[in-house]
Amino acid sequence: MADKQDNLAVGKALPHESAHLHVSGEAGYVDDQPEPRGLLYAAIGCSDRAHARIRHIDFSAVRAAPGVVEIISAGDIPGANNHGPVIADDPVFADGLVEYVGQSVFAVLADTANNARKAARMARIDYEELPAILDIDSAVAQGSFVLPSQTIERGQPDQAIAGASHQLQGRLRVGGQDHFYLEGQIAVAYPREDGATLVHVSTQHPTEVQHLVAAALGKSSKDVVVECRRMGGGFGGKETTPALFAVIAAVAAHRTGRPVKLRVDRDADMMITGKRHGFRIDYKAGFDARGLIRGIDLELASDCGRSTDLSGPINVRAMFHSDNCYFLEHVRITSHRCKTHKASNVAFRGFGGPQGMMGIENVIDEIARYLDKDPLDVRKINFYGKNDSNVTPYGMTVEDNIIHELVDELEIKSGYRERRRQVDEFNDSGGILKRGIALTPVKFGISFTATFYNQAGALLHVYRDGSIMLNHGGTEMGQGLYTKVSQVIAEEFQVDRDRIKCTAANTGKVPNTSATAASSGSDLNGMAARAAAVVIKRRMAEFAAQHYGAPLEQVRFTRAGVQAGRELIDFAELANQAYLARISLSSTGYYRTPKINYDQETLSGRPFFYFAYGAAVSEVVLDTLTGEHRILRTDILHDAGESLNPAIDMGQVEGGYLQGVGWLTGEELWWDPQGTLMTHSPSTYKIPACSDWPRECNVELVDWGRNREETIYRSKAVGEPPLMLAISVYHALKDAIAALGGVRARPVLSAPATPEQVLNSIGNLSGQKPGTANGKRRAAA
Amino acid sequence: MSATEHTGADNGTIRFLLDDNVHEVTDVAPTTTVLNYLREYLQRTGTKEGCAEGDCGACTVVVAEPDTQGVRFRSINSCIQFLPTLNGKALYTVESLKKISNGGLHPVQQAMVDCHGSQCGFCTPGFVMSLFALYRNSAAPTRDEIDDALSGNLCRCTGYQPIIRAARRMYDYGQDLVDEAELGRRLDKIRPGESLELSVENSSRVEVRDRYFAPAGLSELADLLVRHPGATILAGGTDIGLWFTKEYRDLPVIIYIGQVGDLDYIDETADRLEIGAAVSLTDAFAVLDKYYPDLFEIMRRFASPPIRNAGTLCGNIANGSPIGDTMPALISLGAVLVLRRGSQVRELPLDEFYPGYRETALQESEFVQAVQVPLRRGAGVHFRSYKIAKRYDQDISAVCGAYYLRLESGVVADARICYGGMAAVPQRARQCEDSLRGRHWDQATVEAAIKAMVEDYQPLTDMRATSGYRRRVAGNLLKRFYLETTGVETSVWAQHG
Repeated sequence: MADKQDNLAVGKALPHESAHLHVSGEAGYVDDQPEPRGLLYAAIGCSDRAHARIRHIDFSAVRAAPGVVEIISAGDIPGANNHGPVIADDPVFADGLVEYVGQSVFAVLADTANNARKAARMARIDYEELPAILDIDSAVAQGSFVLPSQTIERGQPDQAIAGASHQLQGRLRVGGQDHFYLEGQIAVAYPREDGATLVHVSTQHPTEVQHLVAAALGKSSKDVVVECRRMGGGFGGKETTPALFAVIAAVAAHRTGRPVKLRVDRDADMMITGKRHGFRIDYKAGFDARGLIRGIDLELASDCGRSTDLSGPINVRAMFHSDNCYFLEHVRITSHRCKTHKASNVAFRGFGGPQGMMGIENVIDEIARYLDKDPLDVRKINFYGKNDSNVTPYGMTVEDNIIHELVDELEIKSGYRERRRQVDEFNDSGGILKRGIALTPVKFGISFTATFYNQAGALLHVYRDGSIMLNHGGTEMGQGLYTKVSQVIAEEFQVDRDRIKCTAANTGKVPNTSATAASSGSDLNGMAARAAAVVIKRRMAEFAAQHYGAPLEQVRFTRAGVQAGRELIDFAELANQAYLARISLSSTGYYRTPKINYDQETLSGRPFFYFAYGAAVSEVVLDTLTGEHRILRTDILHDAGESLNPAIDMGQVEGGYLQGVGWLTGEELWWDPQGTLMTHSPSTYKIPACSDWPRECNVELVDWGRNREETIYRSKAVGEPPLMLAISVYHALKDAIAALGGVRARPVLSAPATPEQVLNSIGNLSGQKPGTANGKRRAAA
Repeated sequence: MSATEHTGADNGTIRFLLDDNVHEVTDVAPTTTVLNYLREYLQRTGTKEGCAEGDCGACTVVVAEPDTQGVRFRSINSCIQFLPTLNGKALYTVESLKKISNGGLHPVQQAMVDCHGSQCGFCTPGFVMSLFALYRNSAAPTRDEIDDALSGNLCRCTGYQPIIRAARRMYDYGQDLVDEAELGRRLDKIRPGESLELSVENSSRVEVRDRYFAPAGLSELADLLVRHPGATILAGGTDIGLWFTKEYRDLPVIIYIGQVGDLDYIDETADRLEIGAAVSLTDAFAVLDKYYPDLFEIMRRFASPPIRNAGTLCGNIANGSPIGDTMPALISLGAVLVLRRGSQVRELPLDEFYPGYRETALQESEFVQAVQVPLRRGAGVHFRSYKIAKRYDQDISAVCGAYYLRLESGVVADARICYGGMAAVPQRARQCEDSLRGRHWDQATVEAAIKAMVEDYQPLTDMRATSGYRRRVAGNLLKRFYLETTGVETSVWAQHG
């Protein structure tokens, strides 16, 4: 870290602004608000077919159920029957056709949540079943896509592959992931006078909810206010998804004139909502004897589920991260966006980037094993150069490349080479346990690829008592955004953080906001809030200069108060004086990210303001009898620029890493042959538990980090990139499996690498090629 | 204390301590969960619902009750605990902690703040309460003990590292104000001396009343079951709670056995252990561990402390799930059930208790009174049990295997091998056992036994594993058992980097 000693707030490891509320149970979430008079509870009646026409629905049992007040379905929506964010292809209530098990068909309103949920199961729906497409292979074979396929191509990949001294091809399957935010989806809609609606909803994107609620009600944006103080976790699962629940609650409130709460239970949440996209990644690569990639062809096919949602930009980001840290001179990256009869898949931390990265890391690993080299050496020789070989397949020059020094530092700190030798020794000594180790890098592009999203607004009030109300378009989902932006404001005014209150995101306070997503929260909102502070500071300074007869350049905001020439005025005192002198102490702030431009048609340009980097070394042990495995040690070095708050950034790194471990090792989504998700609660869907945190885990932020771009205090975004540090665990498992296959064995391991997948991978080794288990492994680097 | 000094619970009134005050409840549906009662009736919204099935821990609260050493504090999942079962106990929620810390943050809470243990904060109250239970029960927990204590709490944000740190640091902030002696006296005053009976109108079924009985004596329990043959027998409620929260089932008559003093006993003799039906898994495991340390993996990986604190060993058995984790081990150890109907008592080997999927040999009005576990472990006896699941902690087995072997001069004299997850019920591998008996215990014998096992099971494919994996692993676990009898290290869980 650069020297932050002089700072008051920025760069300090301050606790989360709500930490004292979290631990005492006093932090309020949507479901915790006192319930208003006349509140009705909604429950959703869902499809139990993957693909079918609805011939008829018999609601008589629902209507007769105790406590039921109203039933609403497609015909009851006054405006647009849609909650799709980009393309209007997501009906709120199925209108004659259902396209996945769990799709919303109708809603029941009742006097208690229990009565509503019981009644919602009582509808008798007469279906005419249609053929369902339930996996990527079938979708590709049948040409079932939600969007046209896209390709990025540079150079002559086919010729370069054919002309290289070695060729390989292969296929990798990577599963999806449920967000498993601890707070499930919830919305409460309150009818207000003159046709207006207030919605309290757990959302990363209040503005989008506002737009979709207004459209469903046939109203305009001014008629809908959406508010969210905090979410109990988001991870992308509350970017587009909450609109469905908010629209149903709002339509129900509009219809009954009563407030309506819609809180789905865990099972309904997991059945109804979309997840991280599963991918199938095929590759062909040509490379030289050192492992340098000469030409590569990557074909990505993702499971988008039944509708478009954000699958366009998610798949584009997957394409944009199919290079990771590697220069791919002759390259073709193709992306297919498969339509299947499953829940429509949505944003999830990394937004396609992790899947793209898995693709190229697999290629590198395959090359290394084929050539009998340490994969780390093959990674290194393919790294982007600093001054040449530094243009991405989409035409952006990598100007801020620090992966060489970052990986070198981690390699030494983690003792990678020595441990690699020990792992090989352990494996050569026989036994049913095998160990593996891998170091994998991360380079992640920061900015929304949809350029217009890269803007933010803030609203700042200084009150007469010197206390400060901060509001911005970003939402708090636990990532510490409110904490960081409050630190920025504290630093600007040189006041203690407890003078500042960051209030709930509210579409009535800051309009036209972007989703809090793409790791951009602090970058955008920190800058917007600072802009507002700068305006108010300038007004206060001008007033102080005039009032105390000091030159403007001699007015400074200090920890002791505002210094105006020789006068030192208490901040609150100055605020009051300014008010009395009729100076405005309120301002908006606005920011747009500079430098970025990107052509959505040609998929080229500079989509990202900068890149964030990191790397991890993981060592694992696995049981070759059962496929069970555990992480023995992980070392992480991550780049957060000049961290705004090292404690919060460490939290993002650690939490992101373990969430990635879950995605790649244990979190298996399993559908039955009829397309019903059978892993729809924590008893069947297993996110990492406490004991899954490695016994030894050394996590550091690079202490020389500094964003070369002019971001807020030269910090870097840190929300998504660390998730991909977990790819090191996946490759360590492959490394351990390879130990059973002898020299040049190339295990094929589907993710998530559950014990069963590991055992499958081991089983497939024997069919691959004979190897000598105790043969000499790997030529010296 | 004599019975006359009891103020006891009146018929129809649930009485427990909340923040040290006597809290009385009448006229709530017996299936009202503690969580819903806190949130909807008391507006104590600090306790959260994350899953309503006892798997995420956001709803964790702590219950204190008298025990032989004074008062014991135990975490439970409030989302599946029915409110009447709190009768006679003391309840602590996240809101209680400031009240036992002079209005400031409790040591556990302060450690969580200082270690940055919360991000989104939604799981945090549950973690705080599990840590509070750990704080009261342990002084310097190891990483293993911390992992175990927190195994029933899921956090999606932090990666757990800062919470583990807080679990170590919470002891640095001094003591809270809990006065166990005083608490014990207060608990004594509300100790239920009599049976509790509730009869409440059911809002969702007109003119029907839900009935709840918590008898105090064994014969009263037996009589009630004869009078109400269709009643739901409730012990820990860690499965029955889900019938209500997940399946919205009506449970018109519930008979709770947790207040029957005669069922809350562990009888240790020279050759067997008898564990009563009201004994929690936590207490049952503590004593089993003394005799069968080889059960460690099964016991450690059985659900989580909140579930083990509420759930009972006999409940796990009587529930009859094909994937209950205690049965394979108990069957291979030769456990026997004590069954009672009215005043008739009979014994039945556990091995004969499961005629079919989710079926038991219980007759109408009959219940499991106790389980007996033999303790004879002569020379040449080997015993192991293993659990295979996607996650180490708090997961349901794909396959669970237990192996009892008696060798005489290197030859298999007796073998009892039982698996869960391989059939509709926990089931012995008879063909496999037959192929072992009389053979020299070596690799060739084991390979032959694995082949024989193919005839024993036709496992299913489901979300936990394919049938092929189950088959393969069942065989490999026998191999592991063999290797362990020869001293080979086979467990990834014992490996350290």
